[in-house]
Amino acid sequence: MRNITKTFGTIVANDNVSLDIYKGEILSLLGENGSGKTTLMNMLSGIYFPDGGQIYIDGKPVSISSPREAFDYGIGMIHQHFKLVDVFTAAENIVLGLEEKGRLDLNRAGEKIRKICDTYGFDVDPEQKIYNMSVSQKQTVEIVKVLYRGADILILDEPTAVLTPQEAEKLFAVLRNMKKDGKTVVIITHKLHEVEEISDRVAVLRKGKYVGEMITSQTNAQEMTNMMVGREVILNIDRPEPVNPRPRIEVKDLTVRSSDNVLKLDEVSFTANAGEILGIAGISGCGQKELLEAIAGLQTVESGSIRYIEDDGSSESLIGKDPLQIASMGVSLSFVPEDRLGMGLVGSMDLTDNMMLRSFRKGRSVFTDRKTPKKLAEKVVDELEVNTPGVSTPVRRLSGGNVQKVLVGREIASSPTVLLSAYAVRGLDINSSYMIYNLLNKQKKNGVAVVYVGEDLDVLLELCDRILVLCGGRVSGIVDGKTADKNRVGMMMTRLGGGDFE
Amino acid sequence: MFDIISFIPRAIVQGIPLLFGCTGETISEKSGSLNLGIPGVMYVGGICGVIGAFLYEQHAGGNVSAFPAVAIPLLACLLGSLLMGLLFSVLTITLRVNQNVVGLAMTTFGVGFGNFFGGSLIKLTGSDVPSIALSATSQYFSKALPFAQGTGVFGKLFFSYGFLAYVAVIIAFITAYVLKRTRTGLQLRAVGENPATADAAGINITKYKYLATCIGCMIAGLGGLYYVMDYASGVWSNDAFGDRGWLAIALVIFTLWRPNIAVFASFLFGGLYILYLFIPTGTDLAIKELYKMLPYVVTIIVLVITGMRNKRENQPPESLGLPYFREDR
Repeated sequence: MRNITKTFGTIVANDNVSLDIYKGEILSLLGENGSGKTTLMNMLSGIYFPDGGQIYIDGKPVSISSPREAFDYGIGMIHQHFKLVDVFTAAENIVLGLEEKGRLDLNRAGEKIRKICDTYGFDVDPEQKIYNMSVSQKQTVEIVKVLYRGADILILDEPTAVLTPQEAEKLFAVLRNMKKDGKTVVIITHKLHEVEEISDRVAVLRKGKYVGEMITSQTNAQEMTNMMVGREVILNIDRPEPVNPRPRIEVKDLTVRSSDNVLKLDEVSFTANAGEILGIAGISGCGQKELLEAIAGLQTVESGSIRYIEDDGSSESLIGKDPLQIASMGVSLSFVPEDRLGMGLVGSMDLTDNMMLRSFRKGRSVFTDRKTPKKLAEKVVDELEVNTPGVSTPVRRLSGGNVQKVLVGREIASSPTVLLSAYAVRGLDINSSYMIYNLLNKQKKNGVAVVYVGEDLDVLLELCDRILVLCGGRVSGIVDGKTADKNRVGMMMTRLGGGDFE
Repeated sequence: MFDIISFIPRAIVQGIPLLFGCTGETISEKSGSLNLGIPGVMYVGGICGVIGAFLYEQHAGGNVSAFPAVAIPLLACLLGSLLMGLLFSVLTITLRVNQNVVGLAMTTFGVGFGNFFGGSLIKLTGSDVPSIALSATSQYFSKALPFAQGTGVFGKLFFSYGFLAYVAVIIAFITAYVLKRTRTGLQLRAVGENPATADAAGINITKYKYLATCIGCMIAGLGGLYYVMDYASGVWSNDAFGDRGWLAIALVIFTLWRPNIAVFASFLFGGLYILYLFIPTGTDLAIKELYKMLPYVVTIIVLVITGMRNKRENQPPESLGLPYFREDR
């Protein structure tokens, strides 16, 4: 790829980027949020068309104007958000868009799929519907889809963001098999330990520009981060000693069923202390969301108790109170869903209006007060380095990381006594993530009980004082953040108590 | 005494326009286009057929022959509905205007269009009743199969309809097969479910949406044609087609987007539509009016039931009603 440029309106996503990808290697593409990694790869896979520059394959200049042409050149991309049709079976999704001769024969396609699976060590049932699959199964279908088309170059956009450590290991094994088979793999990520583990070479983008590349074995996490961010960054997460921890929220035997009567939480008990960060680990869908929502009053509780304990030791039940009452007691929920906007922020409203969502009930006048929220918005933008044209920009226009900063910033600004935060760093780059960690730590020092639901085990282990591990809606165990072992926690996530798989 | 032998054929002829509309709308919805303009399209299809037949009868004078009498109204109807389909497609697919707004506007437009030209034709003929009769061409549309005579009850139930009725059933079954079993159908469904996925798989979204919407409109337009030329024996009077177009759209949901089910469901709806004629109610007109509500009551009940069922396959196409723009962020 030579001198590639792509702009969206006035935003330059890629500026004169030149990148070489060699046959039979695993290349990591590193960069902060909004640095243009995905855009660059989308141009290679035909989703976007470059505004300037030229792509060469095997020395020949090519023009890739549609995904179909990309397939013809043997390029296949696995997107961060899976491109699968939920109501189709795996086989139907895999043959979708292929112009094979003859009539549609799903049985023959199924056989071919099984053969590919055997070659690389996948496990896919061609007859299974996508909506019945776990995230990692869906990802496997995506990879098989690309291989089915005979791709030689695979591009994976943040493939491990949604996987447990064990699943990620399995994926890496498959990728190494492909490399052995002579295929080229490009992996977009911002988890440095993965870069070190899997890739041969690493290329770095910063703010749409190409910064440089390194042989993975000759570099280290610190150097890569500095290149990504463009300055020295301290890579350790602080874990200040908890100040005077005392129980704040006490959950006992909490049981929750979803509306279609599936057991989501089963007799969960724990205590969240003020001045401490309690981490919650678990594979997606094992009840973290329901737990936080139950505390915030958004979930109907079947049985059990949730008590809020004041500093003087008196306690009050949270069950039966509506979300507004609970929020006014200082319990604040910031949940970052997969699409980042679904809960907490309104995409088409601007920063100020989103700040007002918390404060519009205050004051006695008929008219709402816009000045204070505006000041607050400006303060959040300023302190959290939100990258936005102004406070009157609709939130939807901001990049994912900036949206999250706005959400977390607002929740913290309401000076809560309990801060429930789920996936606060979902999809964020290193620099922004660390900023969020520091914010959480600051709250902890102020004596707030912080509950942190996270996906990245490494972070949970570094940041949290204690970690509650959920498995299928039950408490698999509570471990000390300082002494816990990553593999052990990973085991506990998939199996109650973390026993061995025998 | 309830006369089932004469009830069933009446129910079927009532159901045929619904079946055309339902099949057309299903194809359109499978591509993600919620075309609420179908009632209007059916009006336009009907009146275009009438205009074609009228011009032909004027031209031919007394000697009307079979082929042009069928071909001219048919082509006029298809052309009219195709233009409506193109209008909808350009507005919603290329310009990404809200589908509901365009659809409702097109229904209003189509009904007005039909009544305007219907009214003009009635004026031209100078007839004293507010309707226009095209019996010469109509007889070719409503001609029953030649061997229908003399086969008794069986013949009356199965062979007593004009050719368009059989066309409707055949189109519905072909559509069902294409949607379920062929590559084209798979890709069309993918476009309606998740256009971004289909796009990444190299499917031409715009092409599929345009074709599905236009073909859907043309099929629906035939429903209007059948109604005037066969069911109403070539008599056009303003607003006679009524709200059958809306019933056709309700039928799409009732049949869970499956045209093969629609064949039978449309006959059921047709039966409900005329049930009041067959149930002895005496002279009490109020009770008749209550029976006329039946199709709508059933639709509401069905909507409630389908709303409660949660099976994923029975849900509407996921991106139904949403425009697609590849570089949308």
